[in-house]
Amino acid sequence: MAKVLVVTSGKGGVGKTTSTAALGAALAQSGQSVVVVDFDVGLRNLDLVMGAERRVVFDLINVVQGVAKLPQALIRDKRLENLWLLPASQTRDKDALTDEGVGRVIGELRSRFDWILCDSPAGIERGATLAMRYADEAVIVTNPEVSSVRDSDRIIGMLDSKTVRAERGERVEKHVLITRYDPARAARGEMLNIDDILEILATPLLGIIPESQDVLKASNVGTPVTLNDADSAPARAYVDASRRLMGEQVAMVVPVERRGFMNRLLGRRAA
Amino acid sequence: MSMRLLRLFGGRNATAPVARERLQILLSHERGLLGQSDLLVTLREEILAVVSKHVALDPDKVLVKLERGKTVSTLEVDIEVPNNFDKSKAIAERRMAG
Repeated sequence: MAKVLVVTSGKGGVGKTTSTAALGAALAQSGQSVVVVDFDVGLRNLDLVMGAERRVVFDLINVVQGVAKLPQALIRDKRLENLWLLPASQTRDKDALTDEGVGRVIGELRSRFDWILCDSPAGIERGATLAMRYADEAVIVTNPEVSSVRDSDRIIGMLDSKTVRAERGERVEKHVLITRYDPARAARGEMLNIDDILEILATPLLGIIPESQDVLKASNVGTPVTLNDADSAPARAYVDASRRLMGEQVAMVVPVERRGFMNRLLGRRAA
Repeated sequence: MSMRLLRLFGGRNATAPVARERLQILLSHERGLLGQSDLLVTLREEILAVVSKHVALDPDKVLVKLERGKTVSTLEVDIEVPNNFDKSKAIAERRMAG
């Protein structure tokens, strides 16, 4: 049974694209067939984070408009054979996406994949509403910061009213994914802590991704962070989150950096 | 001095040069594409659509380049087609399907 999952947030720059790539790769690594779909028309970036930017021939809008067939637009990942990308268009405006067109493409994707991950654009405009429109589940990416929590709350309201499931009187299963979390700063009271965020949003937690340099390193080279350095703290956190998506019970811990010999040496000298 | 030393140590694992190169290649292509009138974008799409009717396009074997000049611009579409492609067979198949 295919699942359509939207990765959304309202606010920009909180880690939707990074999280889509990382969760998609983690699900594929555990044997699921996965497609990640970029809904950010005009400002696509999932292709860049996945390292497929030079392989884009056709895109989502071409498929929606019937210029290309779905298989022509799907790009298979070079590292994982059961991971695919459906890129967004870089040249057309976002009005080129229609509700019916997106519904048809999502329906076709459902028959081919176990997981369809929709990377939403920021904001609450057409692109964002279409990305969530056909979702069964939602990952709301939230930073421990007031404006991000507020925007997440707004998006949760939209998931409960503007999706096909909501209109049918059904529920979209929602999960909060906290990214860029710094345990030390939260402990010092300089950052909203997890319990506060969850209490405000009244939505269950999918995972906690620690702030880490490994995320930037992975996007520099165009590799999802779970593939780039599987042992890094954010990679382990994303793998745990993906296992929870598959229904496994995984204890909630914030992975910490495993420091190498040189780092320990430098750390000690600094201290 | 210390910067150079840091680079010496960090150089092997530095990912920033990779990021820089990837962006340069991508942006040189996209700036051309976005700055153009819709005509070249439409041409690109329709040419690719026609070709893909007859041959399965391998994304790695398709190269589209746009160059802007003062009076003329060029659209270069470089598509690798496998030698064993049988045109009469493809047409027959399409007739059957149609």
